[in-house]
Formats: sequence, structure tokens, C-alpha cells
Amino acid sequence: MAYSFPEEVLEHVFSFLSLARDRNAVSLVCKSWYEIERWCRHRIFVGNCYAVSPEIVIRRFPELRAVEMKGKPHFADFNLVPEGWGAYAYPWIAAMAEAYPFLEEIKLKRMVVTDESLELISKSYKNFKVLVLTSCEGFTTDGLASIAANCRHLRELDLRESEVEDLSGHWLSHFPDSCTSLVSLNMSCLGSEVSFSSLERLVARSPNLRTLRLNRAVPLEKLANLVRHAPQLVELGTGAYSSEIRSDTFSSLADAFSACKQLKALSGFWDVVPSYLPAVYSVCSGITSLNLSYAAIPSSDLVKLISQCQNLQRLWVLDYIEDSGLEALAASCKDLQELRVFPSDPFGAEPNVSLTEQGLVSVSEGCPKLESVLYFCRQMSNAALIAIARNRPNFIRFRLCIIEPQAADYLTLEPLDAGFGAIVENCKELRRLSMSGLLTDRVFKYIGTHAKKLEMLSIAFAGESDLGLHHVLSGCDSLRKLEIRDCPFGDKAVLANAAKLDTMRSLWMSSCSVSFGACKLLAQKMPRLNVEVIDERGPPDSRPESCVVERVYVYRTVASRQRLDMPDFVWTLDEDSSMRYS
Amino acid sequence: MLSHLNLEATELRLGLPGSIDDVPSNNKRPSPEDHQTPPAPKAQIVGWPPVKSYRKSTAAAKNEEAESGMYVKVSMDGAPYLRKIDIRLYNGYSHLLTALEDMFKLSIGEYSEREGYKGSEYAPAYEDKDGDLMLVGDVPWEMFMSSCKRLRIMRGADARGLASAQ
Repeated sequence: MAYSFPEEVLEHVFSFLSLARDRNAVSLVCKSWYEIERWCRHRIFVGNCYAVSPEIVIRRFPELRAVEMKGKPHFADFNLVPEGWGAYAYPWIAAMAEAYPFLEEIKLKRMVVTDESLELISKSYKNFKVLVLTSCEGFTTDGLASIAANCRHLRELDLRESEVEDLSGHWLSHFPDSCTSLVSLNMSCLGSEVSFSSLERLVARSPNLRTLRLNRAVPLEKLANLVRHAPQLVELGTGAYSSEIRSDTFSSLADAFSACKQLKALSGFWDVVPSYLPAVYSVCSGITSLNLSYAAIPSSDLVKLISQCQNLQRLWVLDYIEDSGLEALAASCKDLQELRVFPSDPFGAEPNVSLTEQGLVSVSEGCPKLESVLYFCRQMSNAALIAIARNRPNFIRFRLCIIEPQAADYLTLEPLDAGFGAIVENCKELRRLSMSGLLTDRVFKYIGTHAKKLEMLSIAFAGESDLGLHHVLSGCDSLRKLEIRDCPFGDKAVLANAAKLDTMRSLWMSSCSVSFGACKLLAQKMPRLNVEVIDERGPPDSRPESCVVERVYVYRTVASRQRLDMPDFVWTLDEDSSMRYS
Repeated sequence: MLSHLNLEATELRLGLPGSIDDVPSNNKRPSPEDHQTPPAPKAQIVGWPPVKSYRKSTAAAKNEEAESGMYVKVSMDGAPYLRKIDIRLYNGYSHLLTALEDMFKLSIGEYSEREGYKGSEYAPAYEDKDGDLMLVGDVPWEMFMSSCKRLRIMRGADARGLASAQ
């Protein structure tokens, strides 16, 4: 019996499905659903640019309007991935320029983007609206000038945390006077000064501007002018927040802020002069997100500001806040959901501030909605971690960095296994965990046993044997990304859990004990995994197979395992089962 | 990082002997490390602690400043050559001025907001970030430290002009 639903009806039904997960499920039902779905999918997310090729994507989804993609593995943020490894955006941009003339959005993370790519984007898509480059590199302000000049309907230009070669601030002046569509502009990562009058005019003619994140070079004296042109702002990142103390500058600034009735997020605050902070007090009650992670000011000044923000949900701050400041935070901000405390002096041998485990304990006690934490400190104890775990079983993300590698519980001198064990046991919804301190195989047993919803795990200087890694790979049912550095994990655990790697996005291991022979074996066993040996000491087959590799990056892929852009320090298995580089 | 070279031992300093005390000022900063006994340098591990590079540079820049000092040139009208001092070594204005008086063998006198350094033939001035010549002492010490690009000890009519114009 064959009956079919009219395609248009199915398409209409599918249009209500926005999550990729749902659309993927739909496309597995039957061939005709697969066909209908692929023609009406407009938005995709590619978590690893090497998991698939541009050709495959274009063949399957001919009508894309928005593409989001990630390139380098997370540890690239900490210089663990050598320069030139890959993640080039150009092949994607070039292929999409031909295939998707109506593409509107491109969002890239940790990819190498050249000026050529940016120029191609600016000239290929008539309706281009959104460009977000997170932690990208490889382009200059000339590329930005192309975007500004040619994208007539640009809504978002967000360069968050990208490394841009700053040739001049002139790029901003390339926005034509006719461009009035801007909704979001984030240039906070740029160094050089843009023409202030161009910036002011741009802001003034953008009535839909909701997000404006300035760079450090925009002086405080000019901030009031900008803010006055955009009282509708929802998110503002200041430039340098310092100036000679003058009452007219202050009152001008305070007045400008008081007109911003919709402001929810504040950031920037480089070079803060505390006397100017009260200028934002009028908006504090509406603030839900505060990024003070560049504000090198003492705890008392931080607290004066934070305690005005009763509705704060997200706080990023430097460890200058100290335990006392975190206690005050816990008392005033009962809606807090996310806290990140960054180290002001990460490479100093001695603590420069009084921030310990106690601060985190206070916040976990006082903030019932706290679910996401990134915390750098110099001492930790099992007792504190256990208390934190009991206080906050609702943690989703818990990332703790004790600055000294392999630091033991400072009270008992024991490993921190019990503490992290308590975290995974109590926090049943935990999706992301980063650990540090002295840890044995035991903590991995706890993780494998309890962390059933864990999707991403970061491990450094931990564990004792392959058993540790085995616990994780065999126990963590939801694991997608595993990144490991400097741990004594090797061949046995990896090979025993080869099949698991097919269910994950990627596995990164650097300075561990995985041999070249095991990498070859894994690649032979698992044809849909790309096993990249990243080793700067020359060809791995010039050394014995039992030799340990510097780094191995394993990821599942439906594209070729011999990517064409491999540099000379990356080796993968080719068809005749020998390791080659292209 | 240059801490392993123990540059402190060979520096010419004008500071008082003993450690540098906490600076009570408008912008209360955490206490600087004790310059006399720098902590043992650690071998830096690549990528640890896991701090992204753009965050490192704020912290590292501060560290580099702490290590190499904030040296500014000091010129005195009529002197044949300039000197250089590390303004981070000083607690505040009186400490700095005492050191300058010592260095150049002169007397600068007391600061008053209204009259500057009246009563002295000399006025300490500095060039700020905008290139303007400013009288030393008007702004909070911390702000001075971050905006001072070079010092100039002026004498004679110019000095009096600068001082009384404040």
C-alpha cells in the first residue's frame, strides 16, 4: 500500500523543527523524508570542519542560509596545537560562494580565516547578514574593511576573541552611510583606534543596534557620546574605563547610562578607575551579565558595583575579587547562574591575592541557581569540593583549575579524587568537567561510574595508568569530547575502547603514552576515524613503533582521511596502511 | 620572563633600603611583590595554566612591568645628560620628589594644589600620554604612574609659570 503525504505539507511540518537533532531524526525515517528534509534545511552546525567536506555538505543540503562551524580542537587555545595544523576556512567559503548565493550567516570558531575569505564573503552573498568569528585568526583589518564596505544588509559583525592583525582602524569608516542595519558590533579584540567620528555616525544611524562592544582604544571621555546615540542598547562593552577624574565627564557618563533602560550586559572595563564605576549604577538593577575580567581593581571596588546588580546571572571577574568579594556576591546575587574567576597573575609563583577554595564554597552555598563555574585558584581540598558538590547538585559545567599542576589537598595532602568524585556523584546533570590537582585512577573510576551525562572532559597531569582512561571511555555514556594532556594513558585503553571513539566527536591526547604502533592499529581497525599523529620530531616511521607520539588527535569523519591541507608534522594512515603526510 | 637573571641585584636604585611598603592611594591595588626577594622562578609549562593568550597579555604585561619596571627619562633644565628612574619603586609623590632632589642635588619644596611648588626655583613636570606638559602632583599617584611618559625638572621663569598657572 503506497500512500503519500503531499511534500509541501511535510515541508511545512518540518519547518517547525529547528533543532538539528530533530531534523537528523526526521531524515532517517525513510528516503522520501530524507529528500524532503534536505531540501528545506536552512541551517547547519558542523562541530569539526574535518568531519565532513564542503562537497558532501553542498550535495546534501542545497538550500542553506546559515552555516556554523568549528575548526581546531579546544586545546589550541592554550598553544598545544602547532601553528599551521589546519582548520582553514577558505575552501569552505569558496565552495559555498558558488553553491549558496543566498547565504546569510557564517559563524566560525577556531578557524583560520584570511582576508581573501572575507573579501569573498563580502562579494558573494547579496543578502549576507551575520558574521561571527570566535577565536579565529589569519585576517587583518583589511578583510574587515571588505565586509564593512560590501555587505549592504549586515546585521552582525562579531569578532569575539579573534586574533586580528591590526593594520589600522580605518576599516570602520568603510561602512557606507547607507548602512543602517547593524544590530550587533563586537570589535573588542582589536587594538588600534578607529575613527571616532565614523564610529559615532555609524552608531547614530543604526536604530536597531542592540550590542556594541568597543575596543580598549575608545577612551572613556567619548563613551557618553556613543551611549547617548544608542539608548536602546542591550549589551555594551566599554573601551578603556579610565580618565582623569573630572566631574563633567562623570556626570555626562552617568546621564548617558541612565537613558539606557534596556541594558542587560556590560563588559570591557579595561584600565578601570574605580571612581568612574558609579556612573553605571543607574542600570545595575537590570544587569544580568557582567564581564569584569579585565578590571584590575581591588575587591572592595568590585563588590560596590556587584552588590548593585541584584539580578545578576552571569559574572566574569578576576581573582582580585578575593574570598571576601565572593562572599558578598553570594549574599547579593541570588540569581547567579554562571561564575568565572580568572587569574590575575597566572604565572606568578606566589599567590598575589587572597582567593582560595573558600570563595567558591561561599558562592555554592549562597547562589541556589549556580550551574556553571570556571574557577582558577591556588589551593583546594576534598572537604571543600564535597561541600560544593552537596550544595549545588544542579551544576552543569564545572571547570576547576588549581594553578600548580598535581596540587594535593592542601589540608590532608591526599589526592583530590574524593572531591571530584563527589562532584560527579552529586551533580547528575553535569555536562562538562575540567579537573586539576593531584588525581589518581580512582577519580576516573568515579567519573566512569557516575558521570553519565558528561559530554566534555578535560584532564591534565592526572591518573596513574591506562585503567584511568579505560574507566572514562567505557563508563561515560554521553561523552563527545575528551581532551587529555600529560597523563600516563596509553595504548591499552585506547585500543580496548576503539569502538567508543566512533561515538564521539574527538579525542585529543598530548604528552601521554600512546605509541605510534597503536595509532596505526587504531586507524586500521576503525576506518571511519581519522587518527592524526601530530609530531614535530619528523616522520614517526623513522622511529620504532613502540615510540610514544607527541600528540594524537582522533576524530570521526565521513570525509577523506587524507586531508589535503596537512602540514608536514601531521601524519595519517592512507590506503596502503602506512602513515603518510600529503 | 627575566626573573632568573636577578636584575634587582645590579640595578641602581634610589629607593630607601628595605622592602617597598603597601601603597595607600586612591586606587588601592593589591600589594606588589616584595622586590628584595623575588620568588624562585618556575619552569613554564606550555599551555599551563590554561589561560587564553589574550588574557595572558593583560596579566603578562603587568608582570613584565613589574619585572622590568616603569622606567622614565628624567631631564633637568641645564643638566648635560638625562637620568632614568623606575617610578614603580616609589610609594608616592613625596618619595619620588625626595629621590629627585637627591639625584639632582636641588630642592623642590612642598606641593600645594593652589600654588604648585611655590618657593622653589624648580618645578617637577611630566609629559603625559597626550604629550602635554603637566605639573607633578595634581592627579592621584596611581594615575600619574600610568600616564607619566617622562619627567622634566624645570627651572627659572618657566617653572614659576607652570607652577602658578595651576
